Amino acid sequence: MSSRSSRSKSKSSKKEKLLLSKIAEHELVPRAEIVPKDEAKRILKQMNAAPWQIPWIRASDPLVRIIGAKPGDVIRIIRDSPTAGKVIVYRIVVPG
Amino acid sequence: MSSFVPHDLELETEVPLKVIKEIKFGILSPDLIRKMSVVEITTSETYDEAGQPVKGGLMDRRLGVVEPGARCEKCGNTHDKCPGHFGRIELARPVIHVEFAKYIHELLRATCRECGRLLLTDSEIEKYRRRLERLRKHWRPIAEMLTKRILKKAQERDKCPHCGAKQRRVIFERPYHFYEELEDGGLVKLDPIKIKERLEKIPDSDLEVLGIDPKYARPEWTVLEVLPVPPPHVRPSIQLETGIRSEDDLTHKLVDIVRTNEKLRNAIESGAPASVIEDLWELLQYHVATYFNNELPNLAPAKHRSGRPLKTLAQRLKGKEGRFRGSLSGKRVDFSARTVISPDPNLSINEVGVPIDIAKILTVPEVVTEWNVEWLRQLVINGPEIWPGANYVIMPGGRRIDLRYMKDRKRLAEQLEPGWVVERHLVNGDIVLFNRQPSLHRMSMMGHLVKVLPGRTFRLHLAVCPPYNADFDGDEMNLHVPQNEEARAEARTLTLVEKHIITPRYGGPIIGARQDYITGGYLLTKKDTFVDRRTLMYLLAAAGYEGEIEEPAIMHPVQLWTGKQVVSMVLPKDLDWVQATAIKSKCTDPYTCNTDEFMVIVKGYMATGVIDKKSIGAEQVNSLWHVIVKRYGNEFARKWIDSILRMLLRYLDLKGFTMGLDSLVLPEEAYKELEEIYRKAKEEVEKYIKMYKEGTLQAEPGLTVEETLEDYINRVLVRLREEAQKITEKYINKRCEAYIMAKTGARGSILNIMQMVAMIGQQSIRGERIKRGFEGRTTAHFMWGDLGPECRGFVKSCFRKGLPPVEYFFHAAGGRDGLVDTAVRTAQSGYMQRRLINALQDVYVAYDGTVRGGSGIVVQYRYGEDGIDVSRSDSGKIDIDELLREAGITS
Repeated sequence: MSSRSSRSKSKSSKKEKLLLSKIAEHELVPRAEIVPKDEAKRILKQMNAAPWQIPWIRASDPLVRIIGAKPGDVIRIIRDSPTAGKVIVYRIVVPG
Repeated sequence: MSSFVPHDLELETEVPLKVIKEIKFGILSPDLIRKMSVVEITTSETYDEAGQPVKGGLMDRRLGVVEPGARCEKCGNTHDKCPGHFGRIELARPVIHVEFAKYIHELLRATCRECGRLLLTDSEIEKYRRRLERLRKHWRPIAEMLTKRILKKAQERDKCPHCGAKQRRVIFERPYHFYEELEDGGLVKLDPIKIKERLEKIPDSDLEVLGIDPKYARPEWTVLEVLPVPPPHVRPSIQLETGIRSEDDLTHKLVDIVRTNEKLRNAIESGAPASVIEDLWELLQYHVATYFNNELPNLAPAKHRSGRPLKTLAQRLKGKEGRFRGSLSGKRVDFSARTVISPDPNLSINEVGVPIDIAKILTVPEVVTEWNVEWLRQLVINGPEIWPGANYVIMPGGRRIDLRYMKDRKRLAEQLEPGWVVERHLVNGDIVLFNRQPSLHRMSMMGHLVKVLPGRTFRLHLAVCPPYNADFDGDEMNLHVPQNEEARAEARTLTLVEKHIITPRYGGPIIGARQDYITGGYLLTKKDTFVDRRTLMYLLAAAGYEGEIEEPAIMHPVQLWTGKQVVSMVLPKDLDWVQATAIKSKCTDPYTCNTDEFMVIVKGYMATGVIDKKSIGAEQVNSLWHVIVKRYGNEFARKWIDSILRMLLRYLDLKGFTMGLDSLVLPEEAYKELEEIYRKAKEEVEKYIKMYKEGTLQAEPGLTVEETLEDYINRVLVRLREEAQKITEKYINKRCEAYIMAKTGARGSILNIMQMVAMIGQQSIRGERIKRGFEGRTTAHFMWGDLGPECRGFVKSCFRKGLPPVEYFFHAAGGRDGLVDTAVRTAQSGYMQRRLINALQDVYVAYDGTVRGGSGIVVQYRYGEDGIDVSRSDSGKIDIDELLREAGITS
């Protein structure tokens, strides 16, 4: 695992960055942002949920890599919904 | 039912209550097996000549007794008190526990063959140990993922970082053989003794990193040196009428194990050749393996003498009839009944007709109070034979009196006083749960009010057929009687049929009119329907109408009311409603249409339109019926549909409605036109076939030439069908019964009529024209290589004229394919449904509006992302106009 990531970083980080930015522009990729730590804490408290109880997203997910979130971060995703128009969902970044 | 009795309640409080906080699974250690064992089984004999259990045999009295009268030699109790005790078999040589073989293999690969250490450096182990410790607190699934990664990493090492020993590849051959691969590619067998030695060498601290708790599951315990023997209670023998004793499958298997074990022991002690010992050891391994699971891959199942495979431990638990699905999740229940269903349009949709014979068996426990004592006395006097009566009386203190054997019921009735409980027969107005399998949604089990009726079938209203998906071709349904006040209250407030008129699936009414009701509605409300005073009275009486009679539309020479007037009388007086009807064709504006294509209701007066499927039918969203349920509430809606449906059916009864051959006539011109379009279509098909045979047909992208030809031909035939349908619609008598039913949506379609009067059309198998049969042709009536319509299952005749033999055959083939297809589809979707339900069973909407899974994980931040309950909304959306109207801001 470690060997793979180090290779991609050194060899094709520029290419990768370009690819990621292209992914971010695609219409099916939702908007996402990192939630500040204190706000994340508040949101979890409000929902009465432990960090592991909210939906996960892998650190290797392109969306996470685009915004540069690290494991343990909570990210906010704004997504189109057929029922509600736009919805805000939170996900916690897990290693992997 | 005993919860009514104070005596029992006292008993209940005496029992100390314990709450299960957690469950830990582990592996039995040999020490523990020996500790819990009361006797070592040393002989394969079970009974001696006298029929007495042999000491040290599998039926040893010290293991506990199952026959009544006998006493357990260990605890001295009789069979109902003695829970049974485990014994043990000391195996002469250890054997692998098959169900753990996979994990043994993993461990052997991940640890050093010399020193037994995990094939990771100490620093790595320490790093993972710390990380696991952290993850185990809250991130259990991730911890398990990490465990798997650690295992994999250790298995990749080929040199031990601790002792430097070179590792060999361990090969696992299902179900329980292990080999080590030498450098030269040769294989060395690893016997259970060697495996056990290796597993013993793995230190506790290394196991923790692999997610194994060594306190409860040391790996060497997966190699059995002693086998626990369950008490006879688990494997009771059956005494046949002939007096022959038949042993349980488990006992048979254990006998095999003991016998082989003793043979192996003797062979070892007498110094038999190694090959003999090896063979016996292998046999012992086989018997122990099949004792756990008799359906192992690559292993012949152990057979009974009759050739039937034995049902061993795993088979007892697995599958539909296994312990979990068969005995724990699903049990048989009391206070239930099942019989054939039949329709009764005179019931309310809330009711169910219960046969009197069933009402006399199903009971409701009713506590005697000073208000019901007189009534219950009469029931007790009536006894179990006369309905309404009672079957049991329970005295305070818990004594049950069976009224079947009570001589003087009158005296008992006198003694009745508050605090007693009478188990009385089911009577009118009791609430019961009514169910039809498959129970696919919550409307498959609804609360009905009992109506005791003569006959032997359950009766239900036709409008509740759609939620149950029931018909009357022999369907059976189940009925359950709630036994306490809480259950009854819940049934009444939550499960009653009227509370389920609107389905949560799409927010429309799932209960509603079908078939004859729709025909009746159309016939009553169409333009030229007039009723005289007498008929009007019949109809209003059927509806249970109480109120003013409208002024007749025609006063002279006789008073006549229009059908729309009759319906208007039962409509709510404040209802305004406009909608399209099912017979709508050309009109676009409801207010200028003069052909009844739109329904317009103004202040409860039906001005234009007809009642049909679109307005009162089941499963119609935004219909008259839907609006009535939404605006006036469930209870009103139930009363309204009960009364109007009774009225519509009464009208249909009075008028009469029969579909016969005379409703299926087309004039000569129609047949000429049909002939003409058929000829043209055939010509076109032949043109394509000719092109194909000449090789000038161009293949469409992605298709072969043959497929292209089929595609073209199909298109021509589809067009032919559409044209035939148009001709049918053009020439069919618009007043005939079949047409009325098709147009109003009561039953059938124009396509069905076309098949009856014009032509049946293309028959298909698996979505293609019929092509199977002989080589190059479907039946012997055609030339080899004929691709024309007649040869490939096109049926030109109609049902009315009848079919020639070849066409009849094609039609039968297509029909059979349809039947097979439905059977396969239901089986597949049933299994799919089962898996979906199992996956979703503990998902719930929490009080904070989020959707949570079983462990409290968030599935959705808001139910459906918009937080809307579909069944309480306007078909899944919020209709602002409707809200404004309800609030009185607009009208």
